Order: sequence, then structure tokens, then C-alpha cells
Amino acid sequence: MTVPARAAYRDLLIRLMAADPRIYCLDTDTGLFAGADFGPAAGRYVNLGIAEHNLMGVAAGLAASGKIPFVNTMATFATTRALEAVKIDIAYNHLPVRIVATHGGLAAGHLGPTHHSLEDLAIMRTLPGFTVVVPADSAAAEEAVLQTLDLPGPAYIRLGRSATPPIDLGPITVGQAQRLRDGSDIAIFACGPYPALAALGAAEQLAGRGIDATVINMHTVKPLDTAAVLAEARRMPALITVEEHWRAAGFGGLIAETLCDHAPTRLTRIGMPETFAELAGDQAFLLEHYRISHKEITTAALALLADVGTVLGGVRNDAGLSRV
Amino acid sequence: MIAPTVAHRVREHIVDMCAGPDGGHLGGSLSLVEILTTLYFDVLRVDPANPAAADRDILLLSKGHGAVALYAVLAERGFFPVGDLTTFGRPGSKLMGHPVRAVPGVEMPTGALGHGLALGNGFALAERDRRCFVIMGDGELQEGSVWEAAMATSGLGLDNLMAVVDRNGLQLAGETEATIALEPLADRWRAFGWAVREVDGHDPGALATAFRAGEPGRPVVVLASTVKGKGLPFIQGRAESHFARLSERQHTRALAVLRARQNRGAS
Repeated sequence: MTVPARAAYRDLLIRLMAADPRIYCLDTDTGLFAGADFGPAAGRYVNLGIAEHNLMGVAAGLAASGKIPFVNTMATFATTRALEAVKIDIAYNHLPVRIVATHGGLAAGHLGPTHHSLEDLAIMRTLPGFTVVVPADSAAAEEAVLQTLDLPGPAYIRLGRSATPPIDLGPITVGQAQRLRDGSDIAIFACGPYPALAALGAAEQLAGRGIDATVINMHTVKPLDTAAVLAEARRMPALITVEEHWRAAGFGGLIAETLCDHAPTRLTRIGMPETFAELAGDQAFLLEHYRISHKEITTAALALLADVGTVLGGVRNDAGLSRV
Repeated sequence: MIAPTVAHRVREHIVDMCAGPDGGHLGGSLSLVEILTTLYFDVLRVDPANPAAADRDILLLSKGHGAVALYAVLAERGFFPVGDLTTFGRPGSKLMGHPVRAVPGVEMPTGALGHGLALGNGFALAERDRRCFVIMGDGELQEGSVWEAAMATSGLGLDNLMAVVDRNGLQLAGETEATIALEPLADRWRAFGWAVREVDGHDPGALATAFRAGEPGRPVVVLASTVKGKGLPFIQGRAESHFARLSERQHTRALAVLRARQNRGAS
């Protein structure tokens, strides 16, 4: 285990603020910065209290004045409660506000659906000009902050709550898909820490059955690395997406749109079914319960490959790989 | 003091724009005329030749539906040619029904109500020694985000921000007090930590005095008592003036009334 991505982000932000007077840290009583020592930058840490519309408006006013505000709240409050301010004040003006949204997906666990965020990617990927990044580990969260720091437009960085294992396959490049595993039978696109881990777990399971899966970490939802998606679509009989988000309109929906536009391909989208979490449980429990898991990916891969005729009785049929 | 002819010309422009094929927000624009002309001609540090000047004061028209008044004042102040006002609402024009940043002098797009004060907080926080004015409608104060922002302005001690409420007493469909009452409005602002100045919103001298200086340590709100549709007796004080597409006959009549008032020397 490493430190939680949000802790890594916090420590990085404090370092960046000391060196760059443009950067402001706008807090909403999150507790993330409790006891933090901002040193000479202390005047640029502003706790605005529990008021997310005001948060986004203040950020827009600062950004329109040449500052780079990092706004801090939970993903659900950033994207649903404060959405109109995000849309009108930030996106419409294409201002360099950095929304760092914690508790993405089911990360809030037993705190329940009021604190889950299962629609934020659907929302944020529709707003013109936003960069949307879902780092899969702490190192990627730091890279996401650093690589978006000087973007002229706004960025949404979705983090979780607790620590997750490092993906450990080198630094990400925002906007470019990260290949975690190279295979030749099916491609799994994962968005987020647990989806990436589940995809890697499924790839191992599938390998035991003679199926060689590509696993791609799609940390950047927007701008999408369309070329990476289409390259897999053109060489694979089927694709799978995995996300910690409602299946409707999220990352899988984005890939479906992309395939539909350019390279129609069989696709199974794994994500949260159309329900609010109906029971308590930590993130790992909820993911398993709602079948955002390596088992589900493996099952989906086998079903897809059987359906397109490339796996017969668990044995690869190379002839079946040719597709229209 | 500014010449009353400026306010007169602004009212004529407003009437002209609201007589265009798409109509405009007439009543709440006419109630704004003295507030905006006083600010742009007598109070604000702005440079029409350099709208983005670093040392400018900031004005946000949070009641973005007052766009025709803002456009008229910006044009009269020299931010863009007065002739451009004839393009209001027409296909391809930048002069939309709610203001956008592409219009010289417009700081932020507004129109969704309840956004301006939070934005103003950001502008005021970014440069503590520059002045920021945020003009809101009174009906707009029903938006919860206004009070969220108002709490932050005083909580952060942003005494370089001044709010102005165009208190014409009417919203789209009727009186504010018969809709969701705002009174006691001055007490509400005081309770939120603001200093309150109540003035006649059609008296340029009183407005200028109210706008000129803030109060150390806390923000000021100017409650400007105004009349919706001010200047046109056949619509003023009526909620129906909120949005109008003046017919040719109404347009002619409105201009005649304004010119008669001007000739009599009325403000």
C-alpha cells in the first residue's frame, strides 16, 4: 500500500504553492488540509466553508484574475450540487480551475449514496474544454496535477478516499492511454484504481485459460486517446470497459460512442448497475457486490469471445479472429 | 456628476433594442439605468480602449437579463460603437439576450441568477486592493447561492466588494413580496455581516455617494430603490414589463415619452 492519492496530492499542492504564487487552495471544510503548513503561502489557502456553489464561483473569479485555484470537495458535491457554477462560471469561460474531487465512485463506502459519485464522469466529459483525469494510483495523481498545471482551460481530477495499491508501471502521460499488459485476444480498458486492478486480475485469470488480454489504463477520460481505443478495436474481436461509475453515459458510454463513430466492435461495459447502493460496506465490498470485479471481467471476456466465435470450448480459434 | 442626457440616451437604446424582432428584458433594464450610468461614468476605473487593463475596477451584472441596459451603457461609454446596438439578438451578433465575455467590457457571462456574488468574491479575493461591484436583481435574492456567497464575502472580510441590489420590487410574474418575500431585506443583509446603504436608485448623486467609499473590514450592499420600467409611464411599476417585444406603435410612443421627459428636464 502507498499513501492515499488525496494525501499525495495534498502534499504536492503544498509544495507547488510555495513555489508558484498563482496557486490558491480553496477548501470546503474537507479536513484534508487540517494541520497543513502552507508556510509563506498560507494566505492562499482559503477555507470557504461548506458552500460548493460559492466555491466554484470564487474559483472562477480567481482564475479570471490570472490565478490557478485548486478547489477541494467531494466528487458528488463538485459535479452535482455545484454543477451550474462549474458549467457557467468555469467551463463556459474556459478558466484554469483545477477541481480535485475526492471520494470518486464508491470510495465513500459505508457513508452511502449521498457521498458516492457514480455520475460525475458522465457529467464532466460533456462540458466543453474540460480535461478529465482519473488517476489509478498516488503517483498518477501527482502526475495529473503536474501535467495539467499550466493548461489554459479547466481540469477535473477524480481521486478516491483510501490508499490503493500502486499500479507501478511508470509515469502516466495525461491524454495518452497507458498499456499495462499486452495481449492479442481481447482488450480491457479500465478507468480508475480498482477497475485497473480488476482488469489486471482478470487478465491473469484469462491467461490461465489460454486467453491473452491487453489491459489499458485509461486514466484520461477527456481528451480521450481515441487512437489507442481504435487501434485495439481494429485488432481485437471485442473490447471490455471497466469503471467505478454508473454504466449509463460514463467511461464505457464514451468508448461505445467512439466505437460507434469509427469502428463498431463488440463491447461489454462493466460498471455500477442502475441502482443506488442499497447496503453498507466498504469500497471493496461494494465493488464486489455490484460486480465491478475481476471475476465479472473474466466472465464477460469468455462470453464475448464465445459469442464472436474465437473461443470454442475454452480453446482459442484463430480463424475466428477475422472479422468484418 | 454625469449629464442626464446619458441616461436618456441609454433609455432610448434600451427601448430600441426591445423593439427588435426578438424583444428584450425591458422593465428590469430601465430600472438599472441610473445604477449603471453612475458606475460607468462616475465611479468605476475602467478604460474603454483597454477593457482588460490590470488596474481596472470589476463590475459584474449578476442580473444578466439586464443585458440591454449594460450594452447601452458600455456603448455610450465607448467600449464598442453605439451602432452595434442595432445588432442586438440578431443572428451572428455577439449581443445576446444575456451578456457574454466576447462583448468588450463584459467581465463574465451572467444570466443564470445567483452567480455574480460568488464570482465577485473570487475577483475581490484575487486582488484585495481593487474594487468589485456586483449588481443583483431583487428577485435574484431568492437564489440560495446569493446567501452562500454573501456569508463568504463578510466571512472573508472582502471590504473591496460592493453589492448593489436593483430593488424594483417586481420579478417576472409579480411582486417579490407576494412571491417569496424578501423583507426585512436590510436586516437580512446586516445579519449576514454587511453594511447597508439604502438609496433612491434613480438619483445619480445619491448613488455616486453610496458607491464611492466602502467600509473598512466589511462589505457594503447598496439597496437601490428603483421602479421597474422606469421612464415609460404605460409600463412602469408593472411586472408585465419584464420582457417585451415592443410593436412599432409602442416603440414610437415610448421614444416620444422619453423625449418629452428629457425636454422637460426630468431625470
